[in-house]
Amino acid sequence: MSENLNNVPVMADLASRGESPEVLFWVGCAGSFDDRYKKVTQAFVKILNKVGISFAVLGPEETCTGDPARRAGNEFLFQMQAISNIQVLNGYNIKKIVTACPHCFNTIKNEYPELGGNYEVIHHSTFLQQLINEGKVGLKGGGEFKGKKITYHDSCYLGRANNIYEAPREVLAALDAELVEMKRCKTNGLCCGAGGAQMFKDSEPGKKEVNVERTEDALATGASIIAAACPFCMTMMRDGVKNKEKEESVQVMDLAELIARNEGII
Amino acid sequence: MEYISQIAFLVIISIAGYLLYQRISRIRKNIFLGKPAGRNDQTAERWKTMLLVALGQKKMFKRIVPAFLHLLIYVGFLVINLEVLEFVIDGIAGTHRIFAPYLGNFYTVLINIFEFLAVAVLFSCVVFLIRRNIIKVPRFSGAEMKKWPTLDANLILVIEIILMFAILSMNATDMLIQGQDEHYAQTGTFFFSSFLLPIFEGMSLSTLHIVERFAWWFHIVGILAFAVYVTYSKHLHIAMAFPNTWYSNLNAKGKIANMPVVTNEVNMMLGIPTETPSDVPAEVGRFGAKDINDLSWVNIMNAYACTECGRCTSSCPANITGKKLSPRKIMMDTRDRAEEVGASLAKGGKGLEDGKSLLGDYITKEEINACTSCYACVEACPVNIDPLSIILEMRRYVAMEESGSPASWNSMFQNVETNFAPWKFPPTDRFNWAEEMESK
Repeated sequence: MSENLNNVPVMADLASRGESPEVLFWVGCAGSFDDRYKKVTQAFVKILNKVGISFAVLGPEETCTGDPARRAGNEFLFQMQAISNIQVLNGYNIKKIVTACPHCFNTIKNEYPELGGNYEVIHHSTFLQQLINEGKVGLKGGGEFKGKKITYHDSCYLGRANNIYEAPREVLAALDAELVEMKRCKTNGLCCGAGGAQMFKDSEPGKKEVNVERTEDALATGASIIAAACPFCMTMMRDGVKNKEKEESVQVMDLAELIARNEGII
Repeated sequence: MEYISQIAFLVIISIAGYLLYQRISRIRKNIFLGKPAGRNDQTAERWKTMLLVALGQKKMFKRIVPAFLHLLIYVGFLVINLEVLEFVIDGIAGTHRIFAPYLGNFYTVLINIFEFLAVAVLFSCVVFLIRRNIIKVPRFSGAEMKKWPTLDANLILVIEIILMFAILSMNATDMLIQGQDEHYAQTGTFFFSSFLLPIFEGMSLSTLHIVERFAWWFHIVGILAFAVYVTYSKHLHIAMAFPNTWYSNLNAKGKIANMPVVTNEVNMMLGIPTETPSDVPAEVGRFGAKDINDLSWVNIMNAYACTECGRCTSSCPANITGKKLSPRKIMMDTRDRAEEVGASLAKGGKGLEDGKSLLGDYITKEEINACTSCYACVEACPVNIDPLSIILEMRRYVAMEESGSPASWNSMFQNVETNFAPWKFPPTDRFNWAEEMESK
C-alpha cells in the first residue's frame, strides 16, 4: 500500500525506469484545467493510491482526445489529435486506460480503434464499482452519506452512448445512501446541455437553458446531493443549481469525490 | 356479361400493381441517391434487431398506452390481410367466400377473429383521432407539422375506420343474405357484425345484394388505393420499418463514423507511413453533407421510414427548451428533399443541380448547431432512425468546406490546435493539479 496518497506517477518516468503501470489514468482537459474538476482528479488519484493500484498519468504529454472537435464537425482536427495521442499511447505500450470523463472514454474506447488505438478503456464509475465489488473501497457502517438523499444524473456518453447505467448507481449504493431517481433517468435521461461541443459555445435562441430544465428535474427529487460522473455535466448542474439559488442546500459531487469522502481521504 | 366483374377486378388490381411498382421504383432510386453505407455485416444480429424492434415492437413499449393501441392496429393489419387473400381469389375466380366450404366451422372462427381485430383497429383509430385532435398530445404538433403532415395522419386513421366498417357491413349483409339465398355459403354467426344487423334487416334481398357487393368492392378497392396512398405518406413505415431496423447502426451509439479520407491526409501530414485502404475513393468528394447525395443511403431510407410520431423531438433537450432543432423535422426535410430531387430527375430536370440543397433551403445552421449529440432522439425512435448522423454530417460540411462554424467553436478549434485543450489554457499548466497535490 502506498503511504503517500498524493503521489502522481508520470508515464515518462516509469518508462525511463523500464516499468509499466497496470492502468493509465487519462485525466482529460477538464480534469486538468477546470478548477472544480481538478478536485475530482485529485480525489480519484487518492483512491488509486489508497487501494495500491499501479497507475500512471501522461501528465504534460496528454492532449485533448479531439472529441469536441469531432462533434462540432472538424474531422481533421479530431484525427490530428487522435492519431497523435495514439502514437504516444502506443509508444508506451498502454493496454488499459481509466478516465473520469465520459467523452474521453467514449472517444478512446469507440473511436480510436479504427485509427490504430486499441486499449481496454473503462470509465471511473465502472472502475470504482469493481473496487467496491472487490471489497477494496466502500461500505463502512454509518458512513457520512448513510441515509442521505442522492440523485444521479446520467451522462449521455455513459448512458445512451455506451449503455452504462448500473455502475454509477452501484457506486452510490455502496455509500448506503438513499438513491432517488429523477423522472427522466437512464435511457430517458435528459442531457445537461453540454454535449456535442455545446460546452464551448452559447446556446441557440430558445425559451430556456437545458441545464436549468435538467436541474429542475434534480431539485424535484428533494436530494441534497446531485451525483455526476462527467466534468461537463458537473459544470452544467452546478450552474443550474446556482441559477436556482440552491447552492447552500444542494451540492453537485462526482462519484470519485463521494467515495473518497466516504473513505475519509478528502 | 358473366365475366365483367372478374375483368373489372383484374383491371383494378393491375392498375394498383402498376402504380405501386412505379412508386416503389422511384423511392428506391431516391434512397440510392445516397452514398454506400456498408451495413451488410453481422447478419444474425441484424435479423435479431429487425425481429425485436420491427416485428416485436420492442421500443414502442416505452410508452405503454400508444404501444397497446398501435399493437392492435398492427396485428389487425397483418391478420386481416389474410382475408384479403380470399378477396383476391374470389375477385379473380368470380367465386364467393371460396375458403368457407373447405374450412367449415374453422372459417367461422377465423372470420370472428378478423372481426374482433377489425373492431380493435376501429377502436384504436378512434382513440388515436381523439389523441391527435381533442386531447392534442403535444408531440403531434410542432413547427414542421404543417397542413399536409397533420392531414395525412388524420386521413390514414379515417380511411382505416371506413375500411373496417366496410368489412363489418359486408359480413352483416352476407349473414342476412345467407338466410334467404342458398347460393351463399353458410358461414354461421359473425359476432361483431351482428351488431350492425338492425341497420340492414328491413332491406329487400336485392338491396342486400347490392350493399354486400358494394361493401366488398369498397373494401378491396379501398385497400388497393390505400396501399398506393401509403407510398406517398408517412404511413410508409409499415413497410420501411423492416429494412430500416435491419440496417440499424449496431455499434455503440456514441461512436461516430470515421472518415478514412481524412485519416490518409492526417497520416501524411504527420509523416506516418500509410497503406492506402481500399475503401478510400480515388476522388475525394465533399467533406460532410450539404445535400442528400452526400448522405448515406441509410440516412435517406431512415427518412422514408419516419412516421412523424415525434418521440424524437419530444425527448430532444434542444427542442424541449425552445430551440428550433427538431429531429423529426431533420428526417422530414431529408425525405422531402429526396422526393423533390427524385421528381425532378424523373422529369429529366436538374435534380441535385436545381440550385437548392438540404442544408440551407430546408435545414438551417441554427438547427444543426443546437444539437447536444445526446442520442435521446436515436434512443426514442421506435424504428431505429438516426437523425444525429445527418446533423453531424452537416456540421462536418459547415466546418470543413465552409469554415462556417459558430465563432466560439472556431476559437475552440484554435485552442485545441495551439494549446491541445478546448480552453485557452497554456499547455504548461496541464499538470498543475498534480503539483498542487504533491505540494500539500
